[in-house]
Amino acid sequence: MFYMFSGIILICSLLTITTRRILRAAVYLLCVLLATAGLYFMLKYQFMAAVQLTLYAGGIVVLIIFSILLTHHISHLFEKPDLTKLIMGISAAVIGSVMVIATLLTHPFQAGSTTELPVDMTEIGNQLLSTGKNGYVLPFELISILLLAAMIAAIVIAKKDKNKNSEI
Amino acid sequence: MSSNIYDFSSLTGSIHSWLSGLMSSGWVIFSEMVLVGLVFLLMYALIGLFLVYLERKVCAIMQNRVGPNRVGKWGLLQTIADLIKLLLKELIPIRKSDALLFNLAPFIVIICSFLAMAALPYAKGLQAIDFNIGVFYVMAVSSLSVVGILLAGWSSNSKYSLIGAMRSGAQIVSYELSVGLSLLAIVVFTGSMQLSTIIESQANGWWIFKGHIPAFISFIIFLIASTAEINRGPFDLAEAESELTAGFHTEYSGIKFAFFFLAEYMNMFIVAALGATVFLGGWMPFHVGNWEGFNHIMDYIPSVVWFFSKTFFLILIIMWFKWTFPRLRIDQLLTLEWKYLLPISLLNIVVIAFIVLMGWHF
Repeated sequence: MFYMFSGIILICSLLTITTRRILRAAVYLLCVLLATAGLYFMLKYQFMAAVQLTLYAGGIVVLIIFSILLTHHISHLFEKPDLTKLIMGISAAVIGSVMVIATLLTHPFQAGSTTELPVDMTEIGNQLLSTGKNGYVLPFELISILLLAAMIAAIVIAKKDKNKNSEI
Repeated sequence: MSSNIYDFSSLTGSIHSWLSGLMSSGWVIFSEMVLVGLVFLLMYALIGLFLVYLERKVCAIMQNRVGPNRVGKWGLLQTIADLIKLLLKELIPIRKSDALLFNLAPFIVIICSFLAMAALPYAKGLQAIDFNIGVFYVMAVSSLSVVGILLAGWSSNSKYSLIGAMRSGAQIVSYELSVGLSLLAIVVFTGSMQLSTIIESQANGWWIFKGHIPAFISFIIFLIASTAEINRGPFDLAEAESELTAGFHTEYSGIKFAFFFLAEYMNMFIVAALGATVFLGGWMPFHVGNWEGFNHIMDYIPSVVWFFSKTFFLILIIMWFKWTFPRLRIDQLLTLEWKYLLPISLLNIVVIAFIVLMGWHF
């Protein structure tokens, strides 16, 4: 199963960047995210998998598809990149992957001795809001304030200025 | 307490041990997967066909007509005849459409409803997977079907389809919030997202009765929002026949159209089953607090019967909506969600959290 999922992830991520139709790229991206959710399900980390499904597959990809549909040139094909850019990009990718693989192969991995942690919803919730050791209440609050600011900013930008409109 | 309800896990356990005696463990898992798959496929087809028949009959009764009555007794075989007709129909390829996405879209929609069905508890001990995040999982996979609808609308290369898909996308994305918040209300009451735990917690009364008025409010919000989420009338703008011919599936023909059609009815079943499970106790018989004798009598009705009768009760309500109310405009639809349902359900959650903290619920 693991090989199937990772195969899907590899092939679809390659297709995402090589396809020349923008909507198809979004669909291949969706496949990649779904297969990642499958990997989480294999790890029995169901909460993470469901978050992956709702946020990435159900939220972000839908947003991407929406914004693509709202643009004018949906059926527009990407231009083929020039040769120099292509060579530069591929070489950067190859160097990066060689470095990562080399580190992975040389690093001595030790099998974790810790037992499987029970991933319970209540525990995740308590951990998120605890102020004690290993509590995440500060990052949680910071992120919520950041989100709130982002939402207010989005509303301000999207709101039509009535005076300006009447002049036009 | 409810010890004399038949537990299906004994049946599935005996099938498992019988298979284990026949073959090695790898093959047992494989054959069980095939068996479960076959059962789900059969159930999917049967419920889907029956729902289409039911819809036509209910519509006919509401409009003072007879409805299908020629094929089979009371027209029961009508939908099977329709299915055969759809299977034999020609699949019309659309010129200048994106063939890959065009063919992929119906499958995305139908796979999503299959995924959601897997986690539903049908009777005591009869549940394919019991996730500890059951409610959240069902929400997550059912939200994926909007991708299929958007792709179907775009790849058909038709204006009707595109407008239908955009409408339905905006509608599903916004009403999902209300569905999630109204389900969250009961999750707050139960303290768990696991569907089996939610059902067990209703052994002394269903949440709609135990949770005072807030639970009832969230039940009503759930009914409205989920009707919108499955694109049914009065929220069926995505396929408003009078303006968009058939919305996002205008260009589909034959069995691909049947996939969309079937998935729509199965989504209705899933939503009704989820509502029945969370608010009306799923397979849990009608119990009242400490009335032991009464509860004991109610236990004699099998749990499958309870589950399906509650589900079909909700389905009938949803159908009643469709044939009673006129279709909303898109701006009215979005106003209803963002200006009324969402604030009400947010406030409702706060009230429920307060009730749970004070321990006022039963």
